Amino acid sequence: MSKNIVLCGVGGQGTILASKLISGAAMNKGIPVKSAETIGMAQRGGSVFSHLRLGDDVDCPMIASGSADIIIGFEPGETVRMLPYLKKGGQVIVSSRPVMPVTAALAGSNYNGSEMLDYIRNKVEKVIVIDTEKACKELGSAKIVNLLLLGAAVNSGALGLDDEDIRKVIRTKIPERFHELNFKALEYAKKCSH
Amino acid sequence: MHQEFLMGNEAIAMGAIAAGVNLVAGYPGTPSTEVLETVAKRRPQDTYVEWSINEKTAMEVGAGAAYTGARVMVTMKQVGLNVATDPLMSLEYIGVKGGMVVLVADDPGPISSQTEQDTRHFSRFSKLPCFEPSTVQEAYEMVQDAFEYSEKYRTPVFLRSTTRVSHGYASINVKDEGEYKHNKPEGFIKDTKRWVIFPKLSYQAHINIEARNVELSKDFSSYPKNLLLNVEGSEFPKKGIATGGFNYTYVSEALKSLGDVRLLKVSTPHPFPEELAVKFLTGLDEVICIEELDPVIERELIYIAGKYQLPVKVYGKLTLDVKNSGENTLDSVMGNLTKFLGVKPPENAALTEADMAEMPELPVRPPVLCAGCPHRASFYAVKQAMKGKKTLFAGDIGCYTMGNAMPLDMVDTCLCMGAGLGIAQGVDHIEPDTSCFAFVGDSTFFAAAIPGVINAVYNQADMTLIVLDNSTTAMTGHQPHPGTGQTMMGDVVNKVSIEKILKGIGLEFVETVNPLDYKKSVETVKGAAALPGVKAIIFKSPCIAIVKFDKSLSVDHEKCINCRKCIREIGCPALVIRDDKVVIDDSLCTGCGLCSQICPVGAIGGDHHE
Ligand code: SF4
Ligand code: SF4
Repeated sequence: MSKNIVLCGVGGQGTILASKLISGAAMNKGIPVKSAETIGMAQRGGSVFSHLRLGDDVDCPMIASGSADIIIGFEPGETVRMLPYLKKGGQVIVSSRPVMPVTAALAGSNYNGSEMLDYIRNKVEKVIVIDTEKACKELGSAKIVNLLLLGAAVNSGALGLDDEDIRKVIRTKIPERFHELNFKALEYAKKCSH
Repeated sequence: MHQEFLMGNEAIAMGAIAAGVNLVAGYPGTPSTEVLETVAKRRPQDTYVEWSINEKTAMEVGAGAAYTGARVMVTMKQVGLNVATDPLMSLEYIGVKGGMVVLVADDPGPISSQTEQDTRHFSRFSKLPCFEPSTVQEAYEMVQDAFEYSEKYRTPVFLRSTTRVSHGYASINVKDEGEYKHNKPEGFIKDTKRWVIFPKLSYQAHINIEARNVELSKDFSSYPKNLLLNVEGSEFPKKGIATGGFNYTYVSEALKSLGDVRLLKVSTPHPFPEELAVKFLTGLDEVICIEELDPVIERELIYIAGKYQLPVKVYGKLTLDVKNSGENTLDSVMGNLTKFLGVKPPENAALTEADMAEMPELPVRPPVLCAGCPHRASFYAVKQAMKGKKTLFAGDIGCYTMGNAMPLDMVDTCLCMGAGLGIAQGVDHIEPDTSCFAFVGDSTFFAAAIPGVINAVYNQADMTLIVLDNSTTAMTGHQPHPGTGQTMMGDVVNKVSIEKILKGIGLEFVETVNPLDYKKSVETVKGAAALPGVKAIIFKSPCIAIVKFDKSLSVDHEKCINCRKCIREIGCPALVIRDDKVVIDDSLCTGCGLCSQICPVGAIGGDHHE
């Protein structure tokens, strides 16, 4: 098995934790992992990404355009930015909640991400849009966007990992008091995956 | 041996620990910072580790330890090496007793740096040997090799990495603790002929260095991490690719779809493995060099081709066949190689070119000061206090460089660590009617600003120094420094007081203010600016990333007149527009209260921090 995964979003949204969970789950199954991510100034509200490559025959942690099996987008505009990486038939998981850049607020723009979501739906066949804002309200926590997207990604089959793989890594990598909430988020994501 | 999933920088640290490193000193700088942090976290008890106040000091601390026979690693980013140049250039002439590895992380792009300088060039200039890993696993092993070579040839050596190696992750094989080397330093042995640099000694040392580097070049030709691949069975028998460092992984990834091509992988860019390169070049008509930053491999190959009269054409940055600035990518390298080999690139993208053309305009996201960042309040106070006056706002290196963004627009210059002080003085001497300010963070103050303050006092400049004291080194991920009173050995020590330093230098006006108190801040700036001589204001309030906040403010839409002053004036990421109304994003707001103090109708409220 070999999988190329792109996670993207805005600095501070928690893409790194999601990437850690995926790599942890893969390594538990004995699958070698290579990854690369944005560290540095862009983490302060800039565009950030993680590239993750699972499998044996991998030399470079970065992904070439047109070769990602799946893009997990924490923000609609950032997901569009990464779409050139998607391969034909690849899967997109995207949170519908926009993050307005300060520049847009200053210019009085009404950026709300809908134009971005339309473009993704138009151009990509396999898309799952998660209304993370609604989900966070229903589940009573703003800190589970990660798990919602991850849950949907697992469910799509494009990660090559299953629900139990993710639960297992959550049990070892995340403090126990969050387990129940995280598992709920995974369940919730299953429901919106269709 | 066991497996660990490590970041390149963590692997370098673990490699140094496995090599029995006794002392590690450095100064934080992206992309090098995690090396020292990891040593601090995972070190055996008797390993000493410190954040020095700057790279020059780190290099000197390292030199002293290496004189005793200790194994030493000194860490920094590429521009940090400029600061450490003075001791390092001389140290190469003196040499070391214990192994000394100077880890320098270069930053092609640049992603988080002022320059795209190339440490491989620096290695040539300083005559130090240089190692360059391609992968996380190789970084782990190479740092151990570097210690051996350093001791064998009694010279400090560079380990040069780049952002993608330093910040890439991989599951790699690492040694168990039982396999670690232990190095017991012999101690410093007095010998003025050895440790005191004089012109006569330098001349003799220079002769030895030149001879040694010739020997090293031979030695490196058989260094197993310098690779010559696919000499037989290449699908393009007259063509070759030369590469090194992270770019090797781009090339080998590309060759999976393009087929085998004769390949030279250079892991010791200096001294260059000449004999190996001759073997590589012999029989080829054309070679392309895939490397980042400067055309180092390319120039070496051209030189060798000339020296040995090999009829081979070398392509690369000098011939403009490979881009000569910025980062390479898998795509750019694939483009270079397909053109060079005359083949077609594989295509499998979901988006067609027509799709790309239809892409909606993407949001632009320059990095910005966090919501609640105290620097925003400090900049805003100075801006308001000096409104309408002729001013210069000299900035510096740190999170506060982002004070340049609209709408604050409060950074007129930024050059290098600590330069703002000198720049403010230079402008002041030529334009006495300009009110000159230098902004400097607390960590930068200790690292590079103190001589500038003394210079200003001594040379009678008129300027105001603004110290933005947020009690941490924020930009690089919150390292302690002399003002925080914590060390990397876990000790709590006396804090070095910025205020006392400034008073000790002789400044009469030194005021410490909380920048989140808007009125008082503006008044203090006005007062300071009106005085002659060198004045200082210390804006003291912690970085929001190191303290906990549980309150956030909200906009009372009954009172709000939708004037947008809050958004227009301070540009806080927590202030957003939804359905044409200003709202506060409660996932970002820290309750700093700056916006509530500038709203003309008092519409922003909630519990704000005093
Ligand atoms: S990390 Fe700290 S200093 Fe840097 S922008 Fe954020 S609040 Fe300001
Ligand atoms: S400054 Fe006050 S009144 Fe004006 S938009 Fe902001 S909250 Fe509303």
